[in-house]
Amino acid sequence: MVKKTIHEINGRIRDGSVNVVTAEEMVHIVGELGAEDAAKEVDVVTTGTFGAMCSSGVWLNFGHSEPPIKMQKVFLNDVEAYTGVAAVDAFIGATQLSESLGMEYGGAHVIEDLIRGKSVHLHATSHGTDCYPRKVLDTTLSLEDMNQAIMMNPRNAYQKYNAATNGTKNTIHTYMGSLLPSFGNVTYSGAGVLSPLSNDPDYMTIGTGTRIFLGGAQGYIVGQGTQHSSGGGFGTLMVQGDLKHMSPDYIRAANFTGYGTSLYVGMGVPIPILNEQIAQATAVTDAGVTTKILDYGIPSRDRAAVRDVTYEELRSGSVDINGRDVPTSSLSSFKKSRIIASELKDWISKGEFFVSMPVERLPKDISAKPMKQTEGIALVSDIMAVNVVTISKDASVYDAAKTIMETAFNHLPVVSADNALVGVVTAWDISKAVSQNKFDLVEDIMTRKVITASADERVAVVARRMDQDSVSAMPVINKERHIIGMITSDDISKLYARRS
Amino acid sequence: MKIKINISSDILTKPIMAESILETGVLLNISQAHFDRSQGEVVADVDEDKFDLMCKSLTNKGARVTKLNTPIKWDENECVECSACISVCPTKVFSLDDDFSLVVDESKCIQCGTCVDMCPHNALSLGKNNR
Ligand code: SF4
Ligand code: SF4
Repeated sequence: MVKKTIHEINGRIRDGSVNVVTAEEMVHIVGELGAEDAAKEVDVVTTGTFGAMCSSGVWLNFGHSEPPIKMQKVFLNDVEAYTGVAAVDAFIGATQLSESLGMEYGGAHVIEDLIRGKSVHLHATSHGTDCYPRKVLDTTLSLEDMNQAIMMNPRNAYQKYNAATNGTKNTIHTYMGSLLPSFGNVTYSGAGVLSPLSNDPDYMTIGTGTRIFLGGAQGYIVGQGTQHSSGGGFGTLMVQGDLKHMSPDYIRAANFTGYGTSLYVGMGVPIPILNEQIAQATAVTDAGVTTKILDYGIPSRDRAAVRDVTYEELRSGSVDINGRDVPTSSLSSFKKSRIIASELKDWISKGEFFVSMPVERLPKDISAKPMKQTEGIALVSDIMAVNVVTISKDASVYDAAKTIMETAFNHLPVVSADNALVGVVTAWDISKAVSQNKFDLVEDIMTRKVITASADERVAVVARRMDQDSVSAMPVINKERHIIGMITSDDISKLYARRS
Repeated sequence: MKIKINISSDILTKPIMAESILETGVLLNISQAHFDRSQGEVVADVDEDKFDLMCKSLTNKGARVTKLNTPIKWDENECVECSACISVCPTKVFSLDDDFSLVVDESKCIQCGTCVDMCPHNALSLGKNNR
């Protein structure tokens, strides 16, 4: 049994005799010596990760103006920061978008600009009070001008993360990057072998108060991150650090096309090797971390898992999906993760960074709940019209025109002899046919590729499909392709209007 | 060098590429082709000194020829070497070497622009091509 204390390890850091290795190196050491001897040999294992961490931001204290103002709205380079706390504090979140530049520029860019020493424009408004009379303020500030700039990230360093792919026929743009149609690619995030929480999945040394590497400076773990879901291996960390000491090498703004901005955050967590269990845990490899590939083409919280996959397979450059070799690529930088793990190793070897024990460990075996929705989830069957007028494919264009006039339905589903849906005609199709002097059968002028819905689908999902395919109505069909209803964009907007 | 040949719908069914190859004796190495009802688009390699000859022959038959002479531009300072661009590039311009640095082989680029949308750090851009 090996048993070391934090005190002993910090003593070795002080006198320069400490043995620090990165989590990648530790894999080989445990492989060669076994966990017990590795635990004797190694004092600290360093981890590292560098990826998009949307849940990031900075608390800023601007100091008081003359006359003073109680800031109620604050904009930094036109990006709104959250106020609603004391008079001159605001929280700038990474994914908040610029009012004027939209997705091009956001909170993440403000943060990077500040670290790079650039000045940002501050615009604040207030209703004015006896103690804070000023109503509008405009000034230019740099990082030095602020009293505090404390990075405070509610949810970072996911233990592991789902990989993403897309089973639809169109490219989609997500926070997991561009996903090509028909399972054209897979993207993933996370450092696998170097991932902080995957190297200590039982949170033996990681918890509130653990000193870490954050953005190139020393920072701390505040506690469990929001949505911490340790039961399923999706633990997260809430972290804080001093932005004034951070470096643009490790904090970088990002834009995801069609999604918005995010912040790439570099983080490293040292794991003191106090016993062989901890040594064993830090021997985790890419092959030892399994996650799921999810179909992000499904616009729902419950995305179907396409398959399980290890980080080793993801990192190999391609994975097998339904018998096809699909290229994979990472959104986080493994190279940077390595640099962070070795920089942290350097700090410790040089006696510039001491390890700490948490004052409180992270909760284990808890899971994040989905949202409770008191309004209920609207299904297509709740709002579809059930008395649907259809027309036979053998009817004439004249008949179709007449039906549309009589029923005031703009979309007529077209059915075959056995009543199955084969197409749709709209008032527009008919006008077009008439203007071209075509008075053929409905079958000749109808649209054959009909976008349909089924009764048990969620309205939100169907609404998105309507939007993507630019249609304003969809027949609702059953398994036999018989029409059981009709849902229109009007029905949907009424539903949402009622709720807001 | 890489060229892009656009063929409009009215001549889509004619074997104009084959004709031009036979007529000029210049070889075209087709690397990408995409056809739909409205047009056809082909990306091919051709010897630099044979370009004019080939271009003239294709243009005479109604095709539009563009030199793909401004391949993808990679800004190393913006790049964080995440590797997101790797999985979307149809011609494998990007790869990682042993130490996980990004390697960019611009010569393979057919300027489809897919990676520009993908890169989270605006490190990739495409310039304009000359006719
Ligand atoms: S996606 Fe952009 S930042 Fe990432 S490796 Fe490619 S060029 Fe670099
Ligand atoms: S423009 Fe297209 S071919 Fe060129 S590097 Fe980007 S993805 Fe590859």
